[in-house]
Amino acid sequence: MARVTTGITSSHIPALGAAIETGKSQDDYWGPVFKGYQAIRDWIKKPENMPDVVVLVYNDHASAFDQNIIPTFAIGCAEKFKPADEGWGPRPVPDVVGHPDLAWHIAQSLILDDFDMCIMNEMDVDHGCTIPLTMMFGEPEQWPCKVIPLPVNVVTYPPPSGARCYALGDSIRAAVESFPEDLNVHVWGTGGMSHQLQGPRAGLINKEFDLDFIDQLINDPEALSKKPHIDYLREAGSEGIELVMWLIMRGALPEKVRDLYNFYHIPASNTALGALILQPEETAGEPLEPRRVLSGGTFAKA
Amino acid sequence: MTEKKKERINIHEYLAEMEDIPGTRVFTAQRARKGYHLNQFAMSLMKAENRERFLADEKAYLDEWNISEEAKKAVMDRDYNAMIDHGGNIYYLAKLFSTDKKSFQFAAGSMTGMSQEDYAKMMLEGGRSPEGQRSIKGKY
Repeated sequence: MARVTTGITSSHIPALGAAIETGKSQDDYWGPVFKGYQAIRDWIKKPENMPDVVVLVYNDHASAFDQNIIPTFAIGCAEKFKPADEGWGPRPVPDVVGHPDLAWHIAQSLILDDFDMCIMNEMDVDHGCTIPLTMMFGEPEQWPCKVIPLPVNVVTYPPPSGARCYALGDSIRAAVESFPEDLNVHVWGTGGMSHQLQGPRAGLINKEFDLDFIDQLINDPEALSKKPHIDYLREAGSEGIELVMWLIMRGALPEKVRDLYNFYHIPASNTALGALILQPEETAGEPLEPRRVLSGGTFAKA
Repeated sequence: MTEKKKERINIHEYLAEMEDIPGTRVFTAQRARKGYHLNQFAMSLMKAENRERFLADEKAYLDEWNISEEAKKAVMDRDYNAMIDHGGNIYYLAKLFSTDKKSFQFAAGSMTGMSQEDYAKMMLEGGRSPEGQRSIKGKY
């Protein structure tokens, strides 16, 4: 039987990819970010942790979808997905290889579970999908696992509610568990944390909000799922709304989880960045050492 | 029959709240409709041949689109605040600043009235505080 063993969160900002491609990943600015991620890279490459398939929840940033078609929840069922050209040429990364059997199984199960999914048989994937892969796996010739891209609309209002995202995660878990093949499946929630990319308020970062969000995501996701959109917008900036996608990851895990790793950094370009590894408490592995890393911004002075 | 929903979000209150955030234009349906052609123009820059044609003659390229003259001017001036006022969305407009080989930090910084250096410094020091930036009406 397939099972969701792990939930991971990650930033997906394009500047992370640019830092690698321009050789800046070890400089003073980006060094702490990549150091924070190195612990995850070391953890995930161990055979017992390496997923067979990642259900990668992200938002398409006007790449596969434009203003003609705006699916709230979509699922990539194709054999493979090419990196999108977002205006500077496609990212120089391998094609994302899908798992059509599991993807179609999840798609059918979700629809029967009252989630009216949009099914994608052809789709390019943008930085929202490929940056987390780069951050976890570096620069391999081929990605080491299969990926089911699951884009969520958080651009054109209204995006789905936190509660709907949390419930979707629960349905994804149920769908995975009814797939007969023995697979280690991860669900990754990407984007966030607090950031605003537009208008005079651009550059907003809210450390207190972010750290509370992480704490509640781990310990009380049910309550967190009820947070209204306006709270994200006021507290975490207009693009901080991406955090609702983390609730899809969290919904795919049981009520009690253990955080094996908890990394928070300010800033990565315009954003605060959070990267977590969560596992169901009953089957959780050992936490990483150190388990919690806070870096950058005002932490530097502490 | 499944249980009917007992609580619903009031759409009018929901949309009114979206307009109550200082220095922010949430990409609501109203803005999305206004900016439809502007955003679709930006999407066209995902193709290399269109980028070349646009950069060779921006006005001629823009004239192929059903965009107001004011919005065209905003594009040619690279005035991102004005483009957003015309219904542009930052992820669509990203195709424009990527065509210019500029970063998200450049574009975001350009909308704040701060110099690029000051904006980058603010981010390094922990970003813009939400204090007093949460609500126009509530002033908190």
